[in-house]
Amino acid sequence: MFSPFITHASSVREIMFKVLLALLPGIALYVWYFGPAILVSITLASVTALATEAAMLKLRRRPILPFLKDNSALLTAWLLALSIPPLAPWWLVVVGTMFAISISKHLYGGLGNNPFNPAMIGYAVLIISFPVYMTHWISPQGMGQLELSFVEQMQFIFGGQFPSGVTLDAVSMATPLDTLKTQLHSGHVAADVLQMPIYGYLGGHGSEMVALGFVFGGAYLLANRIISWHLPVAFLAALFATAGAFHLYDASHYAPPLFHWFSGAAMLAAFFILTDPVTSPTTLRGKLIFAAGAGFLTYIIRVFGGFPDGVAFATLLMNISVPLIDAYTQPKVFGKKGNK
Amino acid sequence: MRKLYHFNGGVHPPTHKTESTQTPIAQAGLPSRLVVPLHQHAGSTAKPTVQVGDRVLKGQLFGMPQGSVSSAVHAPTSGTVTAIDMQVVAHSSGLADLCVTLLPDGRDEWAPRVSTNYLSTPPEELRLLLRLSGVVGLGGAVFPSDLKLRPGKHKVTTLVVNGAECEPYITCDDMLMRERAGEIVRGAEMMRYMLDADEVLIGIEDNKSEAIAAMQKAVSENNFSRMEVVTVPTIYPGGGAKQLIRVLTGIEVAAGVRSTDLGVQCFNVATAYSAHRAIEHGEPLISRIVTVTGNVQHAQNFEVLIGTPVNELVALAGAKPDTNGHIMGGPMMGVPLPSDHVTVTKATNCIIESSPALFPPPLPEMPCIRCTRCVEVCPADLQPQDLYWFAKSKNFGKAQEFSLFDCIECGSCSYVCPSSIPLVQYYRFAKSEIWANEREKEAANLARERHEFHLMRIERDKQDKAEKLAQKEKAALAAKAAAAAQPGTDAAAIDTLRAQVREIAHPDAGLNKE
Repeated sequence: MFSPFITHASSVREIMFKVLLALLPGIALYVWYFGPAILVSITLASVTALATEAAMLKLRRRPILPFLKDNSALLTAWLLALSIPPLAPWWLVVVGTMFAISISKHLYGGLGNNPFNPAMIGYAVLIISFPVYMTHWISPQGMGQLELSFVEQMQFIFGGQFPSGVTLDAVSMATPLDTLKTQLHSGHVAADVLQMPIYGYLGGHGSEMVALGFVFGGAYLLANRIISWHLPVAFLAALFATAGAFHLYDASHYAPPLFHWFSGAAMLAAFFILTDPVTSPTTLRGKLIFAAGAGFLTYIIRVFGGFPDGVAFATLLMNISVPLIDAYTQPKVFGKKGNK
Repeated sequence: MRKLYHFNGGVHPPTHKTESTQTPIAQAGLPSRLVVPLHQHAGSTAKPTVQVGDRVLKGQLFGMPQGSVSSAVHAPTSGTVTAIDMQVVAHSSGLADLCVTLLPDGRDEWAPRVSTNYLSTPPEELRLLLRLSGVVGLGGAVFPSDLKLRPGKHKVTTLVVNGAECEPYITCDDMLMRERAGEIVRGAEMMRYMLDADEVLIGIEDNKSEAIAAMQKAVSENNFSRMEVVTVPTIYPGGGAKQLIRVLTGIEVAAGVRSTDLGVQCFNVATAYSAHRAIEHGEPLISRIVTVTGNVQHAQNFEVLIGTPVNELVALAGAKPDTNGHIMGGPMMGVPLPSDHVTVTKATNCIIESSPALFPPPLPEMPCIRCTRCVEVCPADLQPQDLYWFAKSKNFGKAQEFSLFDCIECGSCSYVCPSSIPLVQYYRFAKSEIWANEREKEAANLARERHEFHLMRIERDKQDKAEKLAQKEKAALAAKAAAAAQPGTDAAAIDTLRAQVREIAHPDAGLNKE
């Protein structure tokens, strides 16, 4: 026995559980707009994550149950599943999740020791290895040229079979971000492109609502002090400022900042990905620098890079800088700040 | 309203103070025996001044202060000294220390007491009086008070009197302020006089309204115009000296800096009370208020003679059968006692009887997820998660670089850690390793110096010997040569020499002879 003899009831498990809980509004809206296929990939990822976690813990001779119950593997699984198109073969989710848990989490020492966000590593591996499956997103309900029933979707996910005469292209679409990029390349003006029905009110029909769901969940995390405001605020501010500057410079080629906020994984990144405590800085100034850097890089990669979204690579690039950021942003300790 | 300042972090653990404030301070009375450690204060052990078998009076000196940082120890009652030996003392280490055992005679007969008028006594003498009265800081650090009342390089403008008492469960200062406010403020005024401070700020947390009222009444009754009772927010560790000084004055006293160099000094209310007892009544520090709480029938404060065995004290409050340990101090910074046979010292402000229900064993330790809840609550503005990392990997240099020694071990970080990491234990470990390394280095240096000196001495002796030998040989040669030159004069020459020597030794004797 040693002091303190009392503790404040809270645990890693509880924190991770609350983050999972905060994802629910976004997931509910996802199902509402895009159908229940996402629930299948979330389940698939969850089962894979838990199995991989257990296997890795056994290999590493670590206690299995306490770590399996900490909910951290589940969180990685959910975040990865939300980053993968729901209409993708089952093995895509499984490979990505296995890679995220085994390579990017456990080979670095497990919970608390991974320098990179495991879900974003999983995403990066998949988009580089299987770009076709990773860029064909399911259309929001009522928007696709052709819509599959849930059973037909399952037949594709688990059997790789479409009903005769149907192709992947026919039942999916490029994301609003991707569409904007290709339309601009073919000479259209941003303002006109954004008038297309797939763009909805802010950033994409359906997806903008899912993003709002994530904002809602993020507010819950902020209110419960699970995350600090520094990360989402700095990320969104930097993204807004960068997008705003380009939009002001040339509105015909650069979409307005609100579009960038509500399309792609911006809101997911702001409240759920950058806020992973293990892979973000610990100092307050560091958090601001880290998230602002991620916001800036997200825009640059989105608009000038070859990938459909910039969140994953921006996150990973900033993850790699965390030790440096922490080292240079150490706050002054009590009594050494200059008095009063 | 006085402007109050803020320090980072802090926590709000359940206070559990009302349990022990329902009844007034009770007298613990005479125990069956008293075991008084001679080292109850920061600094060196007092030198015993009594012998086994001596009959002593209450307040008689047991031990003289030795060295610059030390304090006196006294007989808590009248009786017979039955032993002066090593006994296990109230410290988590379970180590033994030199103690005087006293068998009370039940008469509680005082040694002569002298009242001192502080206003007509130079501060120098008052400091000596406090030193010989064994007055030390009763807030927990037990640092000799006379040393803290010495004038420093800078004038002390503010004297902070600490009545914050932020640790859960502990109410000894609260009850002392409620019941003996007059003596506290008069003691504080004596301290202000000795420091020649401009103002006295008595900081009390806002959850002690009765104590605040009593102290305010005492200040106004005594017409101490330079003294003010300041209500401060209830937050742990707001009663830490550094934190209270910060809240009241805005000054941050960094680790290793004397607060007097920044113009401020801080004493606990119970220390002010003891100073008053010593100066006004001539009573040395032989008793203190102790809160007995936790897993007991009637949690209460007792006025306890120093040296009272803990088991006899807790029996007065009625320890419950499922008690599984004894904590000295509060639940945040207290230390587990090695047994309940140890005795109350000047540092014992509270005894908490623990039970599995009150203090359940901690959850298994999980890895740190860098959530920085510890950073948010750290009152020293440290990065506890980094210090933990460095301590765990035994990277002590880096730990020091990240201000390990600025940690006040308040335990707030451990309190909030969702991974149940005993962070403070890691810091204590790192600190003790660093100290051990330094001691080892010093010892190695000393050994090296000794060895070098030893070699030097051998060399010197060798040279001396060689020189002496050479001289001897030379003398022998010379003598031989002289003998060869003047044969037969030996005896005569020796006689003359003897006469000369005698004359030098006793010149008068030679004169008288004539």
